[in-house]
Amino acid sequence: MLRVYLDHAATTPVRPEVVEEMLPYFTEKFGNPSSIYRIGWENRSVLDDARDRIAAQLAADSSEIIFTSGGSEADNLAIKGYALANQKRGKHIITTSVEHHAVLDTAKYMEKLGFEVTFLPVDEYGLVSPKQLAEAIRPDTILVSIMYANNEVGTIMPIKELAKVAREARVAFHTDAVQAGGSLSLDVQDLGVDMLSLSAHKFYGPKGVGLLYVRKGIRLDPLIHGGGQERRRRAGTENVPGIVGMAKALELANAEREENMRRITALRDKLILGLRDRIPEIKLNGHPTQRLPNNVNISIKYIEGESLLLNLDMKGIAASSGSACTSGSLEPSHVLLAMGVPHEIAHGSLRLTLGRETTEEEIDYVLAELPPIVEKLRAMSPLYQE
Amino acid sequence: MAPAGKKVLIAMSGGVDSSVAAALLVEAGYECVGATMQLWPRALPGLEENERGCCSLSAVEDARRVANQLGIPYYVLNMQDEFEEHVVKDFTAEYLAGRTPNPCIVCNRKIKFEAFLAKACQLGLDYIATGHYARIGFDEESRRYTLKKGVDLGKDQSYVLYSMTQTQLRHTLMPLGTYTKEETRRIAQRLGLRTAGKPESQEICFIPDNDYHRFLRDYAPEAENPGEIVNTKGEVLGTHRGIAFYTVGQRRGLGISGPEPYYVVRLEPETNRVVVGTAEEVFAKSCTIEKLNWVSMAPPEPGESFETGVKIRYNASVVSGVATLVGPDRLKVEFAEPQRAVTPGQAGVLYQGDLVLGGGTITGT
Repeated sequence: MLRVYLDHAATTPVRPEVVEEMLPYFTEKFGNPSSIYRIGWENRSVLDDARDRIAAQLAADSSEIIFTSGGSEADNLAIKGYALANQKRGKHIITTSVEHHAVLDTAKYMEKLGFEVTFLPVDEYGLVSPKQLAEAIRPDTILVSIMYANNEVGTIMPIKELAKVAREARVAFHTDAVQAGGSLSLDVQDLGVDMLSLSAHKFYGPKGVGLLYVRKGIRLDPLIHGGGQERRRRAGTENVPGIVGMAKALELANAEREENMRRITALRDKLILGLRDRIPEIKLNGHPTQRLPNNVNISIKYIEGESLLLNLDMKGIAASSGSACTSGSLEPSHVLLAMGVPHEIAHGSLRLTLGRETTEEEIDYVLAELPPIVEKLRAMSPLYQE
Repeated sequence: MAPAGKKVLIAMSGGVDSSVAAALLVEAGYECVGATMQLWPRALPGLEENERGCCSLSAVEDARRVANQLGIPYYVLNMQDEFEEHVVKDFTAEYLAGRTPNPCIVCNRKIKFEAFLAKACQLGLDYIATGHYARIGFDEESRRYTLKKGVDLGKDQSYVLYSMTQTQLRHTLMPLGTYTKEETRRIAQRLGLRTAGKPESQEICFIPDNDYHRFLRDYAPEAENPGEIVNTKGEVLGTHRGIAFYTVGQRRGLGISGPEPYYVVRLEPETNRVVVGTAEEVFAKSCTIEKLNWVSMAPPEPGESFETGVKIRYNASVVSGVATLVGPDRLKVEFAEPQRAVTPGQAGVLYQGDLVLGGGTITGT
C-alpha cells in the first residue's frame, strides 16, 4: 500500500540537509551561548549567524528577531506581550474569527484580563477587508492581529492593505504567518507588519522552534522571565540546534519557493479538478485563487469528515478535517462555521495539503481511492438520495 | 468462531473491561481497531474539569496506551452531538415527565449499537466489540441470535442490552461474557495493561459528581416547578420542588412527617403532583411494559401468555411472573409476589434462566 502524506499544513518532515546542519549542536558543540569560555562563545556566534541569516530572509534587522518555542508561543508573546506593555494607551484589540486557536484563545484570555476584543467576521471565502478593519478601529485600539494565510482553508488575507490601515491609525499590526512560511513572501518591509510569527516545522525545519519578528520601537512585556536572553524579551537557554535548523530550513524554502510553488500549484489544481470530475456535490472551501498553493479544502455533502478520514487512513492516506481537539476527536471547524458553511456540511470537510515531496503518482492514487470511499459512505448515509 | 480476516471495531472506554476485551480479540486473531467515543464535553459550566470520568482526557489516554500496547490502530470518535441529542435530552425529558430513566440503556440503543456500529460499517469492518458481561449466541432451531447473562452473575450486564436487535447481535462481539471480573483483572495483570487496577465506574458518565439534581437544574431549569405532595386519598401534605427531583419508592427528602414514613408511590405530570403513601402502598402486583424488543424469542401472539422471569431495575433480582401481550406493543406482567417500587421509565427485562427473552420500558403498574 502506498503511504501518502497530505497533511503538510499540520507538520512537515525535517529535510536531511537541515538535520545534518543541526547534529553537531547536540553533541560536540553543546555549549551554552551565554557561557564565557570557548564552546560557549563559539555557540554565541553560531546563534548570531543564524539570527542574521533568518533576518535576511525576512528583510529584517537581526535585533528584531525573538526566538521562541514555536508559533503558538510567538502568537502569545505578540498579543499578551504587546497588550500588557501598552495597556496605558488603550485596551482594545482587533482580530478575526478565523484565526488559529493560538491567537483566538489568547485574545479570549485577554478579555478575561479586562481587554476588549473585536473578532471581525469574514466573508464566504474567509477574507476580511481593509474597510472592515478601518471601521473597527477605535481611539483605544492598540493592536490588530490578522493571520497571513488560513491554516484550514488556505485563504490569503490582504495583509499589505490591512497593515496599511493599521499603520495609518497608529495601531500595531501583528500577523500569524505560521501557515505562510515557506509558501509566501515573508518580506516584512514589503508587508508593512510590526510583528510576525513563524514556526520552523511548517517549512521542513524542526519542531519546538519558531520566532516572532518585532519591529524596532515596539515594546513588549516578556512572557517568560528568568534571564537576559533574546534581549530580555524571552528568557531561557537558546535552542541552538533548533535555531540553526530553522535558519537552514528557511533559506532552503525561500530559495526554492517559486519553483516549488509552481509545481505544487499544478498538482493541487490537478487534485481539485480531478475530485470535481469524480465526485458530485462537492464544494471548494476558501478563495478560489487567493489561496495557499498547497491547500485543498473541500466539503463533501452527505458524509462525515471523520469516517472519511479513517477510511483514508486505512488506505494509507494522511489527511485532516476541521481542527483536532485535545483528545484527538474532531470538532466542526470554527473557520468553516465563520465562513457561513452550515454545521452539517462543515462536518463533512476534508483538507489535503501538499508538500515539496508530493508526487503526481500520489495525487493519482488519491484520485483513485477517494471517490469510491465517498460513494460507499454516501450509500450508507440517510441524507443522500440520488 | 473462525476469526480469520474478520475485522472488529472495539469500543474502548479506558477501563479494564474494554481493555481486556480488546486484548482477547487480538489474541483470538481478529483484525482489531480500537476507538473511544467522545460523548460529552469535558468541561461544563459550573462543573470542574471532568478529570476521571468517562470521556475525560485521562480515559482517552488510557485507552490509547492500551491500544498502542496491543499494537492496534486507535481513533477517538466524536459522538457528542448524537449523545446529547439522544441520551442527554431523553434523560431530562424523562425526568420532567415524571419517569426515572436509565440513560445507559438509551446509550446502548442509540449510540453503541447504532451510531458506533454504523461507524464500523462505514470503515468496512465486520463487527463491533464491547466489554459487556453478557453472552451472544445463535440458536439453530429458532434461527435467532440470543442474549444470555454473563457467567459472572455479580457483573451480568444483560439487563442494559435487552434492546439489541437481531442485526445488532449478529455484528457484535462480547468477549467478556464467559469471564468473571476477577479473571478479567488477572488477564489485565498478566498482560501488564495499565488499566488493570482501575476502579469500577458506577455513576452516570455525564454526571461525574453523581448529583443528578444539580445536573437537571443546570441543564433543564424548568425542572424546578413546585407543586403539591398528596397522599393516595388526594389530601395535600406538603410542597415538592418539581416532580423531576423525585423517584418512585423514595423516602428521604420529602419534607413531610406523619404517623408512619411516607414513600413516593407515583408521579403525576398532568397535575404536577407527587403522590405518597405507606410502605405497603409502594408495592404493586403487576407492571405494564411498552416499546418492546424481542431478543431470544420470537414476538408472542396477541393475547398469548407465558411464564417468565422479570427484572424491573438494574440492581433488582429476577422475579417470576406471567406475561401477557395485551396490545400490539404492550405487555402486562403479573408478579408471583408483589414488587416494591415499580418505576415508570426503568426497563422491564424478561428472562428464562440465563436467557434474555426481551424487554421494554415500564409504563405503569
